[in-house]
Amino acid sequence: MSNFLTTSIGRKFLMSVTGLFLMMFIMVHLTINLLLIFDDSGDLFNQGAHFMATNPAIKIMEPVLALGFLVHIIWSLVVSLQNMKARPIGYKQLNNSQSSSWASRNMLILGALIFVFLVMHIIQFFWKIKVTGDPLLQHVTVGGEEMENTYALVATLFKESLLYSIAYVVGAILLGMHLVHGFWSAFQTIGFANQIWLKRLKVVGAVFAIIIAIGFSVIPLYFQIKF
Amino acid sequence: MEKTINLTLKVWRQNGPKEKGRFETYQVSNISTDSSFLEMMDILNEQLISENKEPIAFDHDCREGICGMCSLYINGRPHGPDEDITTCQLHMRKFKDGETVTIEPWRAAAFPIIKDLIVDRTAFDTIIAAGGYVSVNTGGIPDANAIPIAKVAADEAMDAASCIGCGACVAACKNSSAMLFVSAKVSQLALLPQGKVEAKRRAKAMVAKMDELGFGGCTNTGACEVECPKNISISNISRLNREFLKARFSD
Repeated sequence: MSNFLTTSIGRKFLMSVTGLFLMMFIMVHLTINLLLIFDDSGDLFNQGAHFMATNPAIKIMEPVLALGFLVHIIWSLVVSLQNMKARPIGYKQLNNSQSSSWASRNMLILGALIFVFLVMHIIQFFWKIKVTGDPLLQHVTVGGEEMENTYALVATLFKESLLYSIAYVVGAILLGMHLVHGFWSAFQTIGFANQIWLKRLKVVGAVFAIIIAIGFSVIPLYFQIKF
Repeated sequence: MEKTINLTLKVWRQNGPKEKGRFETYQVSNISTDSSFLEMMDILNEQLISENKEPIAFDHDCREGICGMCSLYINGRPHGPDEDITTCQLHMRKFKDGETVTIEPWRAAAFPIIKDLIVDRTAFDTIIAAGGYVSVNTGGIPDANAIPIAKVAADEAMDAASCIGCGACVAACKNSSAMLFVSAKVSQLALLPQGKVEAKRRAKAMVAKMDELGFGGCTNTGACEVECPKNISISNISRLNREFLKARFSD
């Protein structure tokens, strides 16, 4: 096993499994976040966020998730560097668009842009909730239980800042583009594809990517349009 | 009616493996649109010889699309602007009168340039030598139905075996990955009973050799499949991944 990660397929395998893990996270993340737009009092989302923050299973998964992100990001640089070395002299004229999609060729660039978004996103929410705190987060009581008002933190940002709302929509679209290729590619890499499943996975991947992109875009747009 | 065209060609010239290369521009005129791309190259070379210049070195052999010898990266695509063909099968009717055509060699660390447009594809043979065979003598042609093989498996093995090892997959891939080639060579044996015995050893050995020779990794862009003159499917790559991972995890 020791040199498994030095083989080209081993390297890709790690990108694939971390990618699949992050996709599972993103589904949970979207589900909880959509509670934001179904209850304008904020109680529903606050309960959801409180459940996620106090649930022991989630507490265990949090560091695993952080590790998943780190491995996926750092390892992508290792893999890309290895792949660049395989073509020291490039072509003068390239006509790539005939044979492959833009997203598939630029997963590193898409990933880097998503990383920029991720840093901003963590500073705005996760960091304030877990570390620095924020006046907006003062406790509210929902159903007899006291909890942080995370709804106020999120809703205020989207209501007050058009710029950040746009940034979140762009982030969602970038993630969608990353997933259009990433979804089926992850299954292809772990060997779960054949001539029939390749087509199915591409369709499912496209649908999945569109749901993620639209789902996350709807949240800031909802606050911008309604309030 | 025969039509003729005039072209400007930008061709990569390089005197030897260690020499510095450069693009040179040539004019060819009255090229019949019925001629093949390599015939056009022949005409250009005749022209160069008559001018006492060194003709352009390029690979070719059977000129009927089955040997895999001809290469050439034409206008940004391996084997030029047509689907499912090798360069010898590319016709000049695919080009417009007055067009500028850029001709480059395959670009990959594992395919060093020998001269001009000729690259050394020995790396492919080295990968085959690492495990792309069945070690025991399986005798003559077995009686029909003596070894039951599912029709689907037989079809897929046959499709994989149609790979001619031209290297267009490596040339098309942004990572210069040889995964389509290796996956076809692993699949044609892994799908059949005669090849299953050594499947694990073969997948590991061929992937290890591919990595060692400096080919890049697969990022599933699918460019190889589109540019492959024999239409080898990237589902073979998933099979190779499966075979390789199974072999590694069972160690």
